[in-house]
Amino acid sequence: MLDLEAIREKIGYQPALLGVFALLASGALAWASGATGAAIAAAEAKDLRDSLSEVLPAGMADNDFLKDTVSVDRDGQAVTIYRARQGKDVKAALFKVAGRGYAGEIQILMAVDTEGRTLGVRVLKHAETPGLGDKIEAKKDAWIKGFDGKSLGDPAPEKWAVKKDNGVFDQFAGATITPRGVVKAVKGGLEFFAAHKTEITG
Amino acid sequence: MSDNVGSIMKEGLWGQNVVFAQLLAMCPTMAVTTSGTNGLGMGLATTAVLVVSNVLVSMIRKTVSSQVRIPVFVVLIATLVTVVDMAMNAWLHDLYKVLGLFIALIVVNCAILGRAEAYAVKNGVVASAVDGLAMGLGFTGALTVIGLIREFLGAGTLFAQASNLLGPSFAFLEMKLPGYGGALLMILPPGGFAVLGFLLAGKRVMENRLAARAAEDDGGAQAVAV
Repeated sequence: MLDLEAIREKIGYQPALLGVFALLASGALAWASGATGAAIAAAEAKDLRDSLSEVLPAGMADNDFLKDTVSVDRDGQAVTIYRARQGKDVKAALFKVAGRGYAGEIQILMAVDTEGRTLGVRVLKHAETPGLGDKIEAKKDAWIKGFDGKSLGDPAPEKWAVKKDNGVFDQFAGATITPRGVVKAVKGGLEFFAAHKTEITG
Repeated sequence: MSDNVGSIMKEGLWGQNVVFAQLLAMCPTMAVTTSGTNGLGMGLATTAVLVVSNVLVSMIRKTVSSQVRIPVFVVLIATLVTVVDMAMNAWLHDLYKVLGLFIALIVVNCAILGRAEAYAVKNGVVASAVDGLAMGLGFTGALTVIGLIREFLGAGTLFAQASNLLGPSFAFLEMKLPGYGGALLMILPPGGFAVLGFLLAGKRVMENRLAARAAEDDGGAQAVAV
């Protein structure tokens, strides 16, 4: 019978034990990553499809816009643009923009029609203060729907700001930086669309 | 085994409560208790991890030498949390979208390593599982109470968005105080410290009163005996 108590105190036992556990842990992680990879990718694709359908009014597209994409360079970074078509004509472009919030980046998805009007805006990911800045989520507040139908000419460019900065968009009590970041990001998205319209719809 | 299930549960829920008695896991306690729902979600996720980690640590307690036990436990807990994170993302995706934020935070919860060190490494598998459950539920209770108080004072609601976490049938939990805008401070970090401070003071006062009453009863009994 092996005397575990005695072996456990030997100097060689310690690194061997650590090694075995490191190996077991890596094995478990590799197995879990392999077993869940496909399901995670499918769930994320479904999330993307759901959120794309949310910013695009029903009936705007008869194509699978998840597959109809074009990549456009924006300040050195490639932006994937999903194109919603009816027949052959591009009716709307969907793409992600990022704004700076109170706590890091706010990822935003927006749909723009060919006239440069926003069809819908949704926040995909953020780390804003719960109960304050998270009113930018459509689930928690209708604020984000205030962008629907807005374009670069309506309101005028200098009015593309929160009310505190003499703009037209509401801020939240106790959170100004968050909506300010979203407004700026959406405006930037519209400018980006206007600058690359031929590339996107072409 | 001198501990029975009842006394382990009592210690976890009250006597050795992770937050109110051991003052462990202060980081998640302060960070996620902005609403009752968040506190509950974080508590339940932590409970699940704590039970499994206590069981695993208890199973390997005879093979692990005391010199390298800390790195072994850290690797074990980190692996466990990562696997749970990936599995939930893959197969319970809707729940993951609500709880996902909290899962990664569990790795840095010192209460998990604390229980491995203080209990599971010295006790059997079943007792360790019960201890994990008791400590986890105590943690859940504490987080939910702090969250509810902060949410009520700060936003005038109770269990807002609980149906996102627990399913639509729990929508009845959601309450709103009409005509009260809330005191923002309570949602912000200072509110967390203030609420925790008052709760700790309240617990201390209550325990002192109970102890005083017990002493009085003892004194009375002795007087009769004399």
